[in-house]
Amino acid sequence: MSQGTLYDKVWEKHKVTELPNGQDQLFIGLHLVHEVTSPQAFHMLEERGHEVAFPERTFATTDHIVPTTPEGRERPLNDPEAEEMLSALEENVDENGITFFGLESGKQGITHVVAPELGLSQPGMTVACGDSHTATHGAFGSIGVGIGTSQIRDVLSTGCIAAEKQNVRRVEVNGELGEGVYAKDIILKIIQELGVDGGVGHVYEYGGSAVRDLDMEGRLAICNMSIEGGARAGYINPDETTYEYLKGREYVPEGEEFEELKQYWESIRSDEDAEYDDVVEIDADGIAPMVTWGINPGQVIEIDDPIPAPEEFEARTDREAAEKALEHMDHSPGDTMEGYDVDVAFLGTCTNGRVKDFEVAATVLEGRQVDPDVRALAVPGSESVRKECERRGIDQTFIEAGFQWRQAGCSMCLAMNDDSLEGDEVCASSSNRNFIGRQGSKDGRTVLMSPAMVAAAAVEGEVVDVRDHFDTELPSGTNRAEEVAD
Amino acid sequence: MADDIEISEVGGTGVPIPGDDIDTDQILPARFMKEVTFDNMADYLFYDARRDDDGEFNDHPLNRFDGASIAVVNSNFGCGSSREHAPQAMMRWGVDGVVGESFAEIFRDNCKSLGIPAITASHEEVSALQEWIEDNPDGEIEIDVEAETVTYGDTVIEGNIDDAMKEALIDGIWDTTQLMYSNLSKVEETASKLPYVEEA
Repeated sequence: MSQGTLYDKVWEKHKVTELPNGQDQLFIGLHLVHEVTSPQAFHMLEERGHEVAFPERTFATTDHIVPTTPEGRERPLNDPEAEEMLSALEENVDENGITFFGLESGKQGITHVVAPELGLSQPGMTVACGDSHTATHGAFGSIGVGIGTSQIRDVLSTGCIAAEKQNVRRVEVNGELGEGVYAKDIILKIIQELGVDGGVGHVYEYGGSAVRDLDMEGRLAICNMSIEGGARAGYINPDETTYEYLKGREYVPEGEEFEELKQYWESIRSDEDAEYDDVVEIDADGIAPMVTWGINPGQVIEIDDPIPAPEEFEARTDREAAEKALEHMDHSPGDTMEGYDVDVAFLGTCTNGRVKDFEVAATVLEGRQVDPDVRALAVPGSESVRKECERRGIDQTFIEAGFQWRQAGCSMCLAMNDDSLEGDEVCASSSNRNFIGRQGSKDGRTVLMSPAMVAAAAVEGEVVDVRDHFDTELPSGTNRAEEVAD
Repeated sequence: MADDIEISEVGGTGVPIPGDDIDTDQILPARFMKEVTFDNMADYLFYDARRDDDGEFNDHPLNRFDGASIAVVNSNFGCGSSREHAPQAMMRWGVDGVVGESFAEIFRDNCKSLGIPAITASHEEVSALQEWIEDNPDGEIEIDVEAETVTYGDTVIEGNIDDAMKEALIDGIWDTTQLMYSNLSKVEETASKLPYVEEA
């Protein structure tokens, strides 16, 4: 008999009890903490005289406010507010016996980049973090949820969150991605089709041949943007790609223990006959590179499609949003995004700040120069990513092309450090949100796209189709091509 | 401080905040989150939207309806980040309850954590209420949590409040830390059965 989806099984194993308000008390197997949303929670804990219930399952790093230049990272930080936040975190982790990957640790970075690469995020876990992109960890077949500060207090104090089970939507992506098309394009396509609030009340289970073929970096990028589609969590069933990635990572047990865990991981996969609340199919064969034209991630088109006119939308909501977007972005309906002038190119973030992302972008940049009018920033998602790129000489490609090669952090994704858009600058960005004001300037304009497209935009000084403009053979975002090459 | 109070109704004058998909970056821009307490968050509520280019207050509803207690919003309000700073700022500005067409999930959860009722109603009902507030800035609006209604003037809206939120508010059990803290031994038991949790 079917035991259901991965979501059903993982939920059942982590359910502690039903609460009087009707919610379930759910044990959290991995709690990730950063400097911006946690200090108030630690303070609340102290007020109640509670201790951290599971310090050994809690890991912290600093990402949102950290400067990304070596000079900027000298203590005390130039920005007194940033220094206070970082100091508060250092004090809190110290007092509570929490492992902390600080600026000097060599492992610091964005929580959602650090936890996967250290092997902290594993299949069949529940993961919580005071950050909406916690769904990222679903790439391993875990349930990752973003939580608010009072809920961080819940997890610190009790190791649990109070939650209601959601519906599960299977998002089946079949077909093969064309050259120059990546996981980022798949998730933007999904959000285009299902909308920015299509996932409210749902968890997305991503599957199908195109998802199965993706490497872990691609899977992480897809799950990362679940919240942009309104789904609080999104996951992919674990398979050999997952297990191979995990093998040998710092926090992953070896030998017999690994094999035992693998049995658990296999057991929590969705059953063949699991029932879903609904199933949506997406065709990967036809996807072109995707670019946003508006002010939310659902306002997105394929690179050669026209920017829509407000009257093309049926829903009043979408029409009004389109009008606002056209005004903010200064677009005319009917134009394509090709040729839209770019002032800033930003590569990094918890969506696309991994080694593979920089590798793909470097292929585009090799032997080319960033347009002299473009300010280009490459910000590795973690210090480990930076060091690996440097070991492989990828950093040199960026530097020679005219990119600034930085240190790890969230950086210009939300501009809580010095990296910010100015005035109405346009940014070709590998990040996940194009909300007004998101990148630090209320008039700033963000165009979301894949790392390959960001590199191409940096070189041309405008949004272009990476497939047309270069004779370079672009690396694939799948395992499939590598298997063939083997 | 850990003693919750039962919240069966909230009321006061209203402030319409029109627009769909209003994200948390608009409600509370990230650059104002660099503080280790929520104390000053009210000052930053809709910071950019409320100001002209020269930094002066414009005619944003929050500037025109100072002192309001009930925010009336449209669909997918509070989408984007998980920052509790957003509802914290609204609460500290004076908002005791929110009426909207729909809410992003984390935002709604955060409201529950703070004891702020978030009630949904249809587009027509919400729009009518928003217009009524424009005409009646001193008019009283009341959210009845148990009955799931919004009452203003001669109108009663039959709305909807998420079950867990309703239960938590009317029973005064919206502090989930307090609710779950007494189950710590059960938590240990659940954890000990998970293959990835090492024995302490």
